[in-house]
Amino acid sequence: MSPETLPLHAPLPPLGESQRATVDAAIAAHQSCEGPLLPILHAVQEALGYVPPACLPRIAHALNLSRAEVHGVVSFYHHFRSTPPGRQVLALCRAEACQSVGARALETHIRSRWGIDFGETSADGAVTLEAVYCLGNCACGPSAFIDGKLVGRLTPERIDALLASRERP
Amino acid sequence: MSVTVYVPRDASAVSVGADEVASAIAREAARRGESIRLRRNGSRGLAWLEPLVEVETPQGRLAYGPVATADVPALFDAGFLSGAAHTLALGPVDAIPALRRQQRVTAARLGQDEGDNLAAYVATGGYAGLRRALAMSPVDVVAEVTGSGLRGRGGAAFPTGIKWKTCAEAAGTQKYIVANADEGDSGTFADRLLMEGDPYSLIEGMTIAAYAVGASRGYIYLRIEYPHAQQMLLSALAHARAAGWLGPSIGGTDFGFELEVRMAAGAYVCGEETALLESLEGKRGQVRFKPPLPAHVGLFGKPTVVNNVVTLATVPWILANGATAYRELGTGNSRGTALLQLAGNIRHGGLYEVPFGMSLRELLYDIGGGTLSGRPIRAVQIGGPLGAYLAEKHFDTALDYESLAANGGLLGHGGIVVFDDSVDMAEQARFAMEFCAAESCGKCTPCRIGSVRGMEVIDRLRAGDVAQETLLRDLCDTLLNGSLCALGGMTPYPVLSALDHFPDDFRRTETSR
Repeated sequence: MSPETLPLHAPLPPLGESQRATVDAAIAAHQSCEGPLLPILHAVQEALGYVPPACLPRIAHALNLSRAEVHGVVSFYHHFRSTPPGRQVLALCRAEACQSVGARALETHIRSRWGIDFGETSADGAVTLEAVYCLGNCACGPSAFIDGKLVGRLTPERIDALLASRERP
Repeated sequence: MSVTVYVPRDASAVSVGADEVASAIAREAARRGESIRLRRNGSRGLAWLEPLVEVETPQGRLAYGPVATADVPALFDAGFLSGAAHTLALGPVDAIPALRRQQRVTAARLGQDEGDNLAAYVATGGYAGLRRALAMSPVDVVAEVTGSGLRGRGGAAFPTGIKWKTCAEAAGTQKYIVANADEGDSGTFADRLLMEGDPYSLIEGMTIAAYAVGASRGYIYLRIEYPHAQQMLLSALAHARAAGWLGPSIGGTDFGFELEVRMAAGAYVCGEETALLESLEGKRGQVRFKPPLPAHVGLFGKPTVVNNVVTLATVPWILANGATAYRELGTGNSRGTALLQLAGNIRHGGLYEVPFGMSLRELLYDIGGGTLSGRPIRAVQIGGPLGAYLAEKHFDTALDYESLAANGGLLGHGGIVVFDDSVDMAEQARFAMEFCAAESCGKCTPCRIGSVRGMEVIDRLRAGDVAQETLLRDLCDTLLNGSLCALGGMTPYPVLSALDHFPDDFRRTETSR
């Protein structure tokens, strides 16, 4: 779910104790640097897998920003997620160099094999599909990040094998 | 005596199994009781040969590639540790034709050693440029860079020396150097190769720039898609700091410079320098109106030089070898070398550093070896997702700024993406609009709305409504002339070039497709 689709009137799911500690640690680690907001958001997403909307007021307060300003930043950048991802994240490159060696066929394969489009998580929570535009691996494409690991020269079979080999029981 | 074996740790090599190959070599050597020293070098940029394994022998470094894990036992059987023949043997690495015909200046060190090996960097002439710069006045350093004819390699091709001079002459005690390492164009990876294979050249270049303009702090704004480069830069920065090449008093002078890596968050528009600065400040990456120029009012409102990675990484060579030596390479107003990146559907994809002026045909066929699929080349996109598509009739164009511009193209960051004859150019034109819609920062109407309308118009055109072509051209004209930055302003390049050079693809109806 993208941040835009969160109903504005709904109360935010509260931060758990450990999430709050994580957010506070991220704030403490980066608050004193120049332009601290992105480093804080990166630290939160790295630790939690996403940026819980409920942590935005906390970050906003610490940086003397409005909650709207922080929300505006989180929602602007493709990298930040506002909901937890599936157990695996497949970030497939959609840029031209990968298209020229079959990336579009990979998109079709994933749509039919996993029943998900970009920005969606499969019903069983196994896989989240994300779009990325260029991983800098343009001469070894098509490319993707699978759980943060860069893989090149992809085929539909290789994607299936990589996802299967990483799926936890 | 142990034999040194090199297996690249570059992201591309790793993406096609270099880590597994390195482990397999270590395991196999242990099993056979062979003593080896495994080193993880950067990539030479010969992507189709990755993982490219090299063995140090009395005859020099001999190459084998592309090596798969399954090949490892056979390589040992054949005696590759002493350089023996094998079907994957490529001979001395320096004699590989794709390397021999290049003229490596900025990329000279790529693949030779571990990227963060500071001793190797210094032993191969590293920090000679900074040493010479520190013995000169800042004004003379700026003059040296101006005299070299170096133009920004990020795409805009603005003369680097003039940018530095503007910042140097700006009032203010706090100034910044920012490396634009948000290499987001499809088909480009020169910045990444440099940051992973020779990060000190960027660090040294930024330090020289800081000395020249009077900056005390610098940031490398690195795209989040480059985690390998991040690791390498962090390691190199720590080594440089420990050795006194960064910090309060560099080279025993009273010049101090602090440098930090900052991660982007997946917004293409942040490659535009003012959007990049907004992002570094912790805001949405929206483009600023110019003027004021960043050289006057940049990061946190202070005078700032924003240069691309290749530009900055070239500066140490210019300072070490002199402006004239650099100027003598190249042609016309395109001085020095071009780091061309050949990608997509091409047999020999990779990085090629050549003096400006090589023809596109020579690069595609003589060097690139034609398509990977074996089918004819139909279209070539130069300069990233906002670059024009060129057709067969343009292949004799010389690869320099002016010649490409004369053919409606642009060199951009030097990325060249090849498509075979299975490509649907109307689909590619639509994708350009889709990409612009996804990546627009939203500040200006032509880009934000025009890109969405552009997709709709192309859909109607492809559905058979030929009158939509006039509307599409009108819309492109609005984007071209009315957008605030290059994202909206250049999206018409791929669209119009596809329409001009491949009109039939837009006139087929859905049924004939």
